[in-house]
Amino acid sequence: MTVQTSRRGFLKGIAALSGVALVVGFDAKGALAAAPVGTLDLNPFVKIDGEGIVTVVLKHFEMGQGTSTGLATLVAEELDADWATLRTEFAPADGEKYQIVGFGVQMTGGSMSIWNSYMQYRQAGAAARAMLVEAAAAQWGVEPEAVTVEKGLLKAGDKSAGFGAFVAAAAALIPPESPPLKDPAAFSLIGKPDLKRRDNTNKTDGSAVFALDVTLPGMVHAVILRPDRPGSGLVSFDASGAMGMVGFLDAKALPNKAGVAVFARSTWTAIQARNAVTAQWDTSAAEARSTDRMVEEHLALVRGEPSYQVREGGDLSATTAALSGAVQVVEAEFTFPHLAHAPMEPLNCVIEPTETGGVRFHDGCQAPGITQGAVAHVLGLTPDKVEVNTVFAGGSFGRRANPTSDYHVEAAQAFALFGGKTPIKLVWTREDDIRGGYYRPMAAHRVKIGLDGDGKVVGWDHRLAVQSIMKGTPFEAFAVKDGVDGTSAEGVSDSHYAIPALSVGLSDWTSPLKVLWWRSVGHSHTGFAMEVAMDMAAKAAGQDPVAFRLALLEGDDPDRKRLAGVLRLVAEKSGWEKPAAPGRFRGVAVHKSFNTYVAQVAEISRSESGVIKIEKMTCAVDCGVVVNPDIVKAQMEGGIGFGLGAAMRNRITFTDGAVDQWNFPDYVPLRMGDIGDIDVHILSSVEAPTGVGEPGLPPSLPAVANAIAAATGDWPTHLPWSENGLSFGA
Amino acid sequence: MAIKFVLNGQPVSVDLPGDTPLLWVLREGIGLTGTKFGCGVAACGACTIHLAGEPVRSCQTLLDDVAGQSVTTIEGVSGQAAQAVQAAWRELDVVQCGYCQSGQIMSAVGLLSTTPRPTDAEIDDKMGGNVCRCATYPRIRAAIHRAADMMEG
Ligand code: FES
Ligand code: FES
Repeated sequence: MTVQTSRRGFLKGIAALSGVALVVGFDAKGALAAAPVGTLDLNPFVKIDGEGIVTVVLKHFEMGQGTSTGLATLVAEELDADWATLRTEFAPADGEKYQIVGFGVQMTGGSMSIWNSYMQYRQAGAAARAMLVEAAAAQWGVEPEAVTVEKGLLKAGDKSAGFGAFVAAAAALIPPESPPLKDPAAFSLIGKPDLKRRDNTNKTDGSAVFALDVTLPGMVHAVILRPDRPGSGLVSFDASGAMGMVGFLDAKALPNKAGVAVFARSTWTAIQARNAVTAQWDTSAAEARSTDRMVEEHLALVRGEPSYQVREGGDLSATTAALSGAVQVVEAEFTFPHLAHAPMEPLNCVIEPTETGGVRFHDGCQAPGITQGAVAHVLGLTPDKVEVNTVFAGGSFGRRANPTSDYHVEAAQAFALFGGKTPIKLVWTREDDIRGGYYRPMAAHRVKIGLDGDGKVVGWDHRLAVQSIMKGTPFEAFAVKDGVDGTSAEGVSDSHYAIPALSVGLSDWTSPLKVLWWRSVGHSHTGFAMEVAMDMAAKAAGQDPVAFRLALLEGDDPDRKRLAGVLRLVAEKSGWEKPAAPGRFRGVAVHKSFNTYVAQVAEISRSESGVIKIEKMTCAVDCGVVVNPDIVKAQMEGGIGFGLGAAMRNRITFTDGAVDQWNFPDYVPLRMGDIGDIDVHILSSVEAPTGVGEPGLPPSLPAVANAIAAATGDWPTHLPWSENGLSFGA
Repeated sequence: MAIKFVLNGQPVSVDLPGDTPLLWVLREGIGLTGTKFGCGVAACGACTIHLAGEPVRSCQTLLDDVAGQSVTTIEGVSGQAAQAVQAAWRELDVVQCGYCQSGQIMSAVGLLSTTPRPTDAEIDDKMGGNVCRCATYPRIRAAIHRAADMMEG
């Protein structure tokens, strides 16, 4: 062995010395583990350097839902770290280490980030704290119990020092198996209403980096020419029109015939060049139907015999018998359009070659666990050779998590086509986003509710038709049971109302169209059908909509109690008992999704010419223990606005299989004047925390529809409302 | 021929075709990425900058249009209204994904510069072209009122 005396080796030694740090995470078996930096085979959740700076490693990405603040809060709380100097960084792609607890994949979705991290991140913080305390106690010659920690400072008697003084000694200790966690009564950060978001400075001065902002030396820009009819295959193309454009580099067919990759020196040139490329498509495998026909087919399915009965214990013959004995039967049909997610930052990512023969993505990456496998497959690599540098994502609403990792695969194909040595930035324009598929599926529901002479529900026949999101994807294995995609009827099939003789029938509509989860997934339509139908039943029964619901939520069942809890709270906060002000009309809805309970009251006005304005939404939410109350409120506000914007005006339609819409002028997003105040109230709870990114959405649509019915006498059951006889104004 | 203008107070000279949208000049020509691409067709406001002090959509402003003029982006916006808007945005934690917020802030600064105490209706009108898919609108409205208070106080 030769002694390394070169200057380079010397510098390396210094770097390692000054890089002393305490790293705490979990080993492969899920046990708490700690190590000095660089030596470990664990998933670091907390890193503390020699200066005492705490870095929280985020296994979930940040699309605006506040997870970076939430996970940092969990660690800082138990570690008693200094919130002001704490840092965060996104975890690298490593599905073993950073998977969702109990889910096996590294991704963000299903409103899972906080609840699946709640114990993990607190334990990591608590373990780091215990080790620092033990190291300090040993050095100071006191009992660990005598050491206190506050805002990154350890103290015992007249001695005090920052974390940095003890990281080396602490790193040599064995982490406690189960460090004591704080009693919630002692929380100083968790539940604090005025804790600020960690990303509110860089997102207000233009310095926050999104994937679209990443530039690498020598980077080439690519856009893809896609067919008008999703699912068509490329036959041939002609790029001669782009030849000679300054900055145009090349155009090549994607190997799967899904499109033509157009390469240029800048995004703008790539877009211009693409406009000059023409292509022939084989449409034989593409969708050929138009929207009207699709709607008819969905309605035919719900008017016929369902393929599956999806309510546990549901029995259609019992329901039919109950309905035939009913004094009155309420009937309604509902239709829901295809919807685009349209996150504010159009899809894009940067791919570059790595020194080890792999690739690295720079992306607001929602599902590194899926991206690694999908890209490795395309490029003939092993998944560990696909690295991901996660940056901020400009929204997602479900779109950035795709079972096929579609835009990463496109980028990988473009990268390979261009020679595999040049960094490529792949950009979707807004037109690509609106026209490029992966829509919230169209859906139809048909409901028949039987009431007895006292206005009590005696039977409920609920049928729905929708294209399965999960079938044909890698998620089919766990999400589809006995042919039933659990996400199709969620929210109806598992309704907690005490409805006698409830049966839920599901039929799949099938199409080559690509569909995807869209904020709140199945609940985005089931919540509406369920809660509007409930309102119709209440009206038919001549009862107050809140009282009618509460009667079906009586008893000790924990779900019913929590649904009733938010319903009572929203009734109180909205002043439901008092009549609405003149010219104002109210509607109510309550729905559980992603284990979170949300009730809302919408208050609308209607002008003499019939123009509707959503004046105020009052919202009550029970999501268990609240980590960041203001972020919970923000997510309720966001879910409500996202849902109502779509309900008012959005639909993706098809003419002979081709998408009709282009961009925001004809897929009109919610705007400032469309919505008034949103008043959110959080029910205090000691239950385990649950998600908030999606559950604000489902009750917002029916609450407004029920308010519209209060104004007009008619429920707007076909979405979007602006295409079905209603107009909305500022 | 290079086109000259003043960017965030500094003279710059850009050698790109005159019909290149300013948005792409800023982002990919000059490397100031705080100004965002959202739609490219004047329908979202993510690309809002100030041209001679007025909010405009940089996706619809050509490089030729700004020759000899003064352009301000989120990176360079300053002054009393800008300070108040940014402080109010932080105080009320307006941002979610943040992608629209450069444009929101540039529009809000423009609004407050001409209308120091806007009504809700004026806010709806002047901010109506700025889309936020995260639907932070109620907080944007509140933050504009808060910024107006700060400017007075
Ligand atoms: S990118 Fe300019 S208005 Fe949307
Ligand atoms: S904060 Fe996400 S689009 Fe406005």
